Amino acid sequence: MLSDTPTLEEYLAYAADLTARGAAAFTAAADEDALETARIQFLGDKRGELLLLQRALGALPADSRRDAGRAFNDAKTRLTTTHDERQLTVRHATTRAPHLDLTMPARHRWQGAKHPVTVVIDEIVGIFRELGFTVALGPESESEWYNFGALNFPPDHPALDMHDTLYLGEGALLRTHTSPVQVRTLQRYAPPIRILAPGTAFRRDPFDASHAPAFAQIEGLAVDEGISFVDLKATLTHFAQRFFGKTRTRFRPSHFPFTEPSAEMDVECRLCGGAGCSACKGTGWMEILGSGLVHPSVLEAAGVDSERYTGWAFGMGPARIAMLRYDLPDIRLLYDSDMRFLQQVAE
Amino acid sequence: MNASVSWLSAFVDAGKSANELRDLLTAHTATVEEVVTLRADLAPIVVARVVEEAAHPDSDHLHVTKVDMGTGELLDVVCGAPNVAAGKLYPFAPTGTLLPNGIRIEKRKIRGQTSNGMLCSARELGLGDEHDGIMELDVDVAPGTHFLDAVPIGDKRLVIDVLPNRPDLLSHLGVAREVAAITGVALTLPDIGVSDIVVPEARRFRRAGNAGGIVMHLEDTRLASRYMGVVIRGVSVGPSPQWLVDRLAAIGARAINNVVDASNYVLHELGQPTHAFDLNKVDPLPKMPERTIVIRSAKDGESILTLDGVTRTLTSDVTVIADSMHPIAIAGVMGGRETEVDAATTDIFVEVANFDPSRTRRTRRAVGLSTDASYRFERGVDIALAPRALERVAALILSLAGGEITSPPVDLYAGDLPHTAIVLRVERVARVIGIPIEGERIAALLRSIGCMADVDDRGAAVHVVPPSWRRDLRIDADLIEDIARLHGYDALPDEIRPYRPGTSSDAPLWTLAARLRDALSAAGLFEARPTPFVAGDASHVRVLNPLAESEGHLRQTLLETLATRAEYNLSHMQRNVRLYEVGAAFAPGADALPDETMRVALLVMGDRDPAHFTNAKPSQFDEWDAKGLAEVVVRAVGVEQWSLERSHEGGDLLWTIVVDGAARGHVSRVRLDAPVWASPAFGVEFVLRAVSNGDVAPPGEHAHDEPVPPPPRTPEKYRPLPTTPASEFDLALLLPAGVSAAEVERVIRMAAGELLERLAAFDVYEGVGVDAGHRSVAWRLTLRHPERTLRDKEIEGRRAKILSALTSELNVRQRST
Repeated sequence: MLSDTPTLEEYLAYAADLTARGAAAFTAAADEDALETARIQFLGDKRGELLLLQRALGALPADSRRDAGRAFNDAKTRLTTTHDERQLTVRHATTRAPHLDLTMPARHRWQGAKHPVTVVIDEIVGIFRELGFTVALGPESESEWYNFGALNFPPDHPALDMHDTLYLGEGALLRTHTSPVQVRTLQRYAPPIRILAPGTAFRRDPFDASHAPAFAQIEGLAVDEGISFVDLKATLTHFAQRFFGKTRTRFRPSHFPFTEPSAEMDVECRLCGGAGCSACKGTGWMEILGSGLVHPSVLEAAGVDSERYTGWAFGMGPARIAMLRYDLPDIRLLYDSDMRFLQQVAE
Repeated sequence: MNASVSWLSAFVDAGKSANELRDLLTAHTATVEEVVTLRADLAPIVVARVVEEAAHPDSDHLHVTKVDMGTGELLDVVCGAPNVAAGKLYPFAPTGTLLPNGIRIEKRKIRGQTSNGMLCSARELGLGDEHDGIMELDVDVAPGTHFLDAVPIGDKRLVIDVLPNRPDLLSHLGVAREVAAITGVALTLPDIGVSDIVVPEARRFRRAGNAGGIVMHLEDTRLASRYMGVVIRGVSVGPSPQWLVDRLAAIGARAINNVVDASNYVLHELGQPTHAFDLNKVDPLPKMPERTIVIRSAKDGESILTLDGVTRTLTSDVTVIADSMHPIAIAGVMGGRETEVDAATTDIFVEVANFDPSRTRRTRRAVGLSTDASYRFERGVDIALAPRALERVAALILSLAGGEITSPPVDLYAGDLPHTAIVLRVERVARVIGIPIEGERIAALLRSIGCMADVDDRGAAVHVVPPSWRRDLRIDADLIEDIARLHGYDALPDEIRPYRPGTSSDAPLWTLAARLRDALSAAGLFEARPTPFVAGDASHVRVLNPLAESEGHLRQTLLETLATRAEYNLSHMQRNVRLYEVGAAFAPGADALPDETMRVALLVMGDRDPAHFTNAKPSQFDEWDAKGLAEVVVRAVGVEQWSLERSHEGGDLLWTIVVDGAARGHVSRVRLDAPVWASPAFGVEFVLRAVSNGDVAPPGEHAHDEPVPPPPRTPEKYRPLPTTPASEFDLALLLPAGVSAAEVERVIRMAAGELLERLAAFDVYEGVGVDAGHRSVAWRLTLRHPERTLRDKEIEGRRAKILSALTSELNVRQRST
């Protein structure tokens, strides 16, 4: 203990002794309780030894107070620091108590995801975007003119039949393909045109394993001076190799009212790699998209000079590609919105 | 279209295998979907060599042989044929083979000698009646080769997907023409033994003519652009010869009798449907000296018993062939039972017509019957084919069934339309296809498919007259397609050429939809893509011809279909549903087209967080989650002025989402057909924008000159980060009944002024210590001055001002502690 009227030497010696004892007590404290006991002894607000040391400052002669004050401050800093450091250590040790079984599972937040068809569309859009294409959209409810007439369908074409197309009224229907967006875009924007049109199309097909009355489609259109079949073939071949990885492609003659020449593009069968299997009926090929050069009468219907401008277009079904990619046996999985399915295929 | 490879080879002997033909036709003409091996029942049979032959020790007619079937070991086979000889090749059925006659070959002992299989006779393989011995093969193949590959027996069938623009491919002639064009091998009509038979030339009339005992009358040329007929007397109806039966079998048709089979043969050979009537059953009681046959529209209510045994009642949409009394055939679709050719028939009238395509489609639909004939008429039959087909079918009948033609055939036909040449510019061909092709090469390619093609003096243009069977070739673009495909799509280069960027930027709705999908996926929701069909009621847009009444309308809101999807999940015991959709909804419009809007909607129910051992009973999604998700939506949309206005209506509507003073969406409870264990469901729906389905410009015109507004962009601007300390204090306030938190916040904001940086309610308490009818709500206020530290006095002053404003305006006081 310090006397009531200590000399400076006594004070300094006592301060050093107190510091040493306090630091030792803090360091020795094994847990938070022991540390708290030591804290009260040395740093307590009411009877802590440091407090007593501070009070003793007043009993010193005036000329000694400066040196004594510095010693007090050193002691306080040293003790506080030692205590705080020890506290961190002790607390850490407490939280790593052996009862924490680290094999227990992590805590998660719900994870959401885009629909697999959207994922496929986004990927297709991404590849064409590198080639200068932007996205255009159009209405799902369409006039007969945009859906058929402007696309060079003759008035007695079977597609216009009530049997195949869902009608909403006289001359109004649910679009049977995304191709009306071609006409709307050509009317709206002057060439050069480079667009992709993803969207929903409708057919009067009842749901079965491979048909849906509403389904995703994606359309592409490039119109400018000097656009040729070579551009079509090269661009779509590039796309196929980016999308499917290294694959051979082939183009077959086909027929659509709104393209001439028309061609369908196949890639090597995804299942057998081109060797021929039951899925591809032994041909080794799988049809991926329909395409062709825009029929001059489609350009003219949209007020575009078909002598000056030429163009190509394609259409494909992202749902079918999603079925291939995720190995889906039934297209209805894509429309049921079953949480279990959506979680399973989330990317 | 089913094409027999051997039949095609009779037209054009290109020396190509079925698979080679498949690849050539697919690459240049039309897709061959499948190659079907006929006589697949012979697939197990292999060619085998008899290596040793000896007499059976216990039999006077059996032989014991050692047979090499290419497996490396010799098989012991007992054979009873007298002609078996060592060193020769025979068809061999290994053990396990099921022979066409139904006998299964097993390993067995024949009089003490083991036999592992059977050497076969022609009859055992279903290849004829020959059974004097086993079938000696004069082929040069290795033992083990499949019999069908070694011997030209198994015809193959090409299943060709013929598209509507190419009806000329609906015959062996048409497919063979393409093979000839692609391979450069000449095309000849198959020899069917009729080259010596002379059929008299037809006499042409416009509307009526006498074909020798029968007057043909075409009532309206819109029903048939050509109608030919011939009378053959004294035929004997009987079975067809084997070659004809085989031909028909190869394409999947069944032989009936020589007259009907001749007609069927010509249909598949040339693509021209024909029909034979029993002349004596046509107009059995003629009012005139001559029998009459009329091509006319049916009268409503008339009926006919067709060949398939069905009595069909007709309407005026149907074209019929009638005698003076009643219909005897449905034109272009099917003949009538009454005039059917049978074993007793001696005189026939053979019809070779060209019925109108769209009229045939109406007829076919009206009677609900599609046949090989109607399929071809609907797509268009070569108008010039009728005389050739009549000559062919008449000659074939004369050759197979005998009889004679006593009067020249009649041809009711207005005559060919004049040809106009299509002028095809060589430069245009290069521009469209993308590589230069010389005029002479263009002309040669087009000639190979039957066009007349002349290159002009300067070599700049080709004048082209397409053949009668290619009515689809009308403009230069049509010809360019044929040039491209004959040249070969695969022969064109794969080079990406320079391009100019387009004039349109991304549709704003697309960008917006992508932002919403990202935000809502990040918030833990899954995107749904349901179909927009609902059972609906009169407030919905009606589908005129729905697939089912349960799908008779279009949704007005996305939540309608999301609710159905939630119920689907509940029915599969999935209680946690978190779905969103960006899609279109429809409301009745001013005319036939509905008002279409693009929307975003979401539905949540069940556990707010995944189950975890630290949270055994997770809390359930509630109103506040829905409100928060609504704010996620609005922020992703990026509107400037918005608020969530609480609903005063009660019921399921919780908040209305107001943007720039107008309601754009809502947050609500969603009522579901749900089991008791289901948690409450909450939904948000927000209208992104109207989608115009009106005309961009009138047909044939554009709107390029109208300015297209740039998509709105409102990026957040930088505000300097604070450099001064903030001060926080809490206010626990007593809110009397009827005072809303929003009102309190409004007053606090007014009174606190610009210094208030953040205001957040953090606790709500009702109960002990709070007066009845009151709520205690605690707010934390953060105050900050941008340039200096706030003094205690200033903060105290603000606090007092706020409390005084709350007391005077809302009678809200501080809760005493």
